[in-house]
Formats: sequence, C-alpha cells, structure tokens
Amino acid sequence: MTRHAPTGRLSTPPAVHGRPRLVTILVAACAGALLATLSANLSARIVHTERSLYNTILVDQRGSVRCLQFSVRRDQRNQSCLDERKPRAMMFAYTRMMMASLLLNPRPARILVVGLGGGTLPMALAELLETSTIDVVEIDPAVDRVAREYFGFEPGERIHVFTQDGRVFVKRAVQHDERYDLILLDAFNGDYIPEHLMTREFLEEVRALLAQGGVLAANTFSISDLYDHESVTYARVFGPFFNLKPWDSGNRVIITALDNLPGPAVLKERAAALAPELAPYGVQPEEMLDLFTTRVDWDTSARPLTDQYSPANLLQGR
Amino acid sequence: MTAIIYILAFVGGFSIMSLELLGGRVLAPYFGSSIYVWGSIITVFMLSLSIGYLLGGRLSMNRPSLVRFAMIFAAAALCLYPLVLTSEDIMTWVFERVEDPRYGSLLASGLLFIVPTVIMGMISPYSVRLLVRTTEHSGLIAGILYFVSTLGSALGTLATSFYLVLWFEMNEILMLLTGSLAGAALVALAAARWQARQ
Repeated sequence: MTRHAPTGRLSTPPAVHGRPRLVTILVAACAGALLATLSANLSARIVHTERSLYNTILVDQRGSVRCLQFSVRRDQRNQSCLDERKPRAMMFAYTRMMMASLLLNPRPARILVVGLGGGTLPMALAELLETSTIDVVEIDPAVDRVAREYFGFEPGERIHVFTQDGRVFVKRAVQHDERYDLILLDAFNGDYIPEHLMTREFLEEVRALLAQGGVLAANTFSISDLYDHESVTYARVFGPFFNLKPWDSGNRVIITALDNLPGPAVLKERAAALAPELAPYGVQPEEMLDLFTTRVDWDTSARPLTDQYSPANLLQGR
Repeated sequence: MTAIIYILAFVGGFSIMSLELLGGRVLAPYFGSSIYVWGSIITVFMLSLSIGYLLGGRLSMNRPSLVRFAMIFAAAALCLYPLVLTSEDIMTWVFERVEDPRYGSLLASGLLFIVPTVIMGMISPYSVRLLVRTTEHSGLIAGILYFVSTLGSALGTLATSFYLVLWFEMNEILMLLTGSLAGAALVALAAARWQARQ
C-alpha cells in the first residue's frame, strides 16, 4: 500500500515538462489526417460506410448518382451505381453485357446469381421476366443489407437471397439435382478473388446445374496473366464461348451455353426482338452484337486453374 | 548433434504451418473460404498441437533416443501422405452428411488434420528432452528451440502462400512435405548411428 504513493508522485512531475510537445504533435497529426480525409471526400458525400466480415463497404453519392464500393481506397472502381433519376438504367458496361446473355436464351425461368453487389441484375431480371424465379447467393450479409437499404433491392416471392459461399451453394445444389436456365457469376470484382470460384472443378459443377439450353454468363478479368489461365479453364469446361470485351473496361464477360452457341443471324434476330424490352435498362443489344466473338486471343498453353492449382490472386498481380 | 536436432525441429515447424495453410485450400471447394472455415482449421491445429505437446513430453520420459525421435518424423510422414489420396473422399463423405458448412468444415478438418498434426506437435518437447543436459541451461535451450521451430513455421507460411502454390499443385506440395518429414526421419536415424559409433 505505502509503496504506491511515492511512485505516483515521482512519475507525474516530469510529464508536465516533457509531454505537451508530443501531445501537440499528435493532435496536429490527427487533425491533419482528418482534414485530408474530409477534403478528399468533398466531391462525393459518403452516405454509409461499414466494415463487414468480408468487405469494407462504402456508399457514396454524387448528385443523383449513388455508388457502392468495396474498398477503403478512394480510387477503387465502383461495384454498382444507381442514378436516382433513372433508377433502371445500368451504368456499367459489364452489367449490360451480363444482360446480353439473354440473347442465348431470351426466357430463362430459373436464374441463379452468384454475387449480389447492389442487386441491379436480379432486380432487372425479375422485372423483365415476370414468371422467373431468381436465387441470389451472397457471402456477405452486410452487402445484402446495404443493397436493400440504399439500392432498392427487394427480395420477395420470386427473389431469394442465400447468405452463403457460392461454391458451397453450387455444390449443394448439384447434390440436390437442381437446374437453372441462366447462371450469372458476378463474384469477381473486389480486391480479393475467391480462388475456389475460378477452378475447372467449380465450372464443372456450374455446368452440371445448367438445364437443357441453359446459359452461363461470368463477369471476369481482362487484364494480367490471369486472363490466359482463366480463358483456358473456361474453354476446357465449356468449349467455345463468347468473349465480350469492351475497349473501355477492365472487365470482360464470358457468355456460353450447355448446347451449341447460336450463330450471328440468330443473335441478330433476338437482339432486335429484345431491344425494346431492354431499352429502359440502357441495354442496347443490337449495338453489342459486335462484341459476340469467339476468337481465341489468349495463350492456349497457359495452365488451367484447378482445385489443386489456383493461385488466382498471385497471377493477377503479374 | 545439437545442430541436427535444431534443424529437424525447424523442418517440423515449417511442415506444420505449410500444412495449415494448405488446409484452407483443401477445404475451400467443399466448405467455402468463409471465416469459419479458417476458424475450424486453426481450432483443429491448435488443439492437435496442444495434444501433441502433451504426448511428446510423455514419450520423452521413456528412454529418449534419436531413433525414437526419427520414428516421430516417420509417423508424421506416414500420416500425412494419406491426405493426398483420401481427402476428396473424406470431404465428400462429410459434405453429404453435414449441411451446416461450419460444422462440416470443423469435422472435415478434424478428420483430415488431427492425426498428422498431433504427431508433429510431439517434435518440440521431444527435442527439448534430447537437447537439455543441465537444469541451468534448460530455459535457454527451450528458448532456442521455440525460436528455431517458430522460425520454421514463419518460413513455411511464407514459402507456401507466396511461392509454392504458384509453382506446384496442392498434392505436390503435400508430397513435398511428406518427403521432407521422411527425409528428416532418415537424418535422425543416421545421426543415431553416428552417435552409437562414437
């Protein structure tokens, strides 16, 4: 007991002389950091931020446009955007290209979407295809919440959300002998690539889920070494595929089917028929016809990605 | 002689963490890569190591020798190799029976990793027994041993996650680990022979 008092008295006085400078520096540093953060965000108002288990979620608003991002770095590309004045319009080339998968099967009844984002794709598909049912698999419950709160995503009778890992959902669905007419893979746009969703075995499971005439569309990568490995892997499982690469985007969309791919004449005819329905979403299928190429522009000797070999994140860095 | 034991402990540490890291990749196709999959793996490894420490300490009470030390490595190699052949079947079996991926991944990582990890956990305490000559130096020796084996673990983690997965298939890495554990057993046996001749 008696020992405590002197130590206390001894340690306090020097602090009065020594610490103010340090404290000032610390306060100044914090204030500086705060100011820098504030000024960086002046142009866009941050509506919501959240650190979830899997993402750092950020929702910001510039004018009438609200966007969803999955990273702390402000220069990150947006995941999903919504213009409140034109809520249906799809603002990203990749989302519009995913919609172009309807040219291969204009009336899918059962749809599976892996990766929710802002919920743009499932909402548009549910509205467009009035009798369809849509299963959405999203690993992060926070993304589901944010999509509902800020991006008008409304699951209900026809849209079901499963908070699960995509691979686990797909494997379980194969086990239960489920079939889908359209499968959209949209889980590859964050900083981290889920490597077990890139492999030949996963794509074989996805293929097993496709019904007769079923179609797969995958939003994937068009840059880095990963492009070659990924293209080889898709070609192994599905054979030839449409490789949609807009010149102004780091994304590319692979569209392929269980059966043979339709020829240019059929695509053209369907594009014309679908154009009026797709117009409200900003999707102009007739202008996308040129992108429907099956040309092989990757290194076919690249090693396919398998459950045994899938260093996707390491390959992307090269 | 002491240098050899330290090197072998390093190999043990390297193998443990390399295997743990591969565990995540082994389980991902069946149970995903959610946080609970890593939770399962780390739980199983920590639990197995703790049991291994107990057993290794216990074993060191009974006529400790380099030959028995070699046998620990040989047993680890033997129990690691079946992973290459049977992990798919084991995970399919679990996947078909357990719906909840949390308990599925816990059960599967238990079935796959408990036995080899328990055995690898025996290496450290047994090494201490072989190295310690006097009570005075026991803390020093235990300290160096933790240093060496944990350094091995750090390098095992780094090498596996940065390079090995880029160069090799998962089964090839598992065989590499099996090979180095078997090699460690041979080295320990050779050292025992050399010691006997002295």
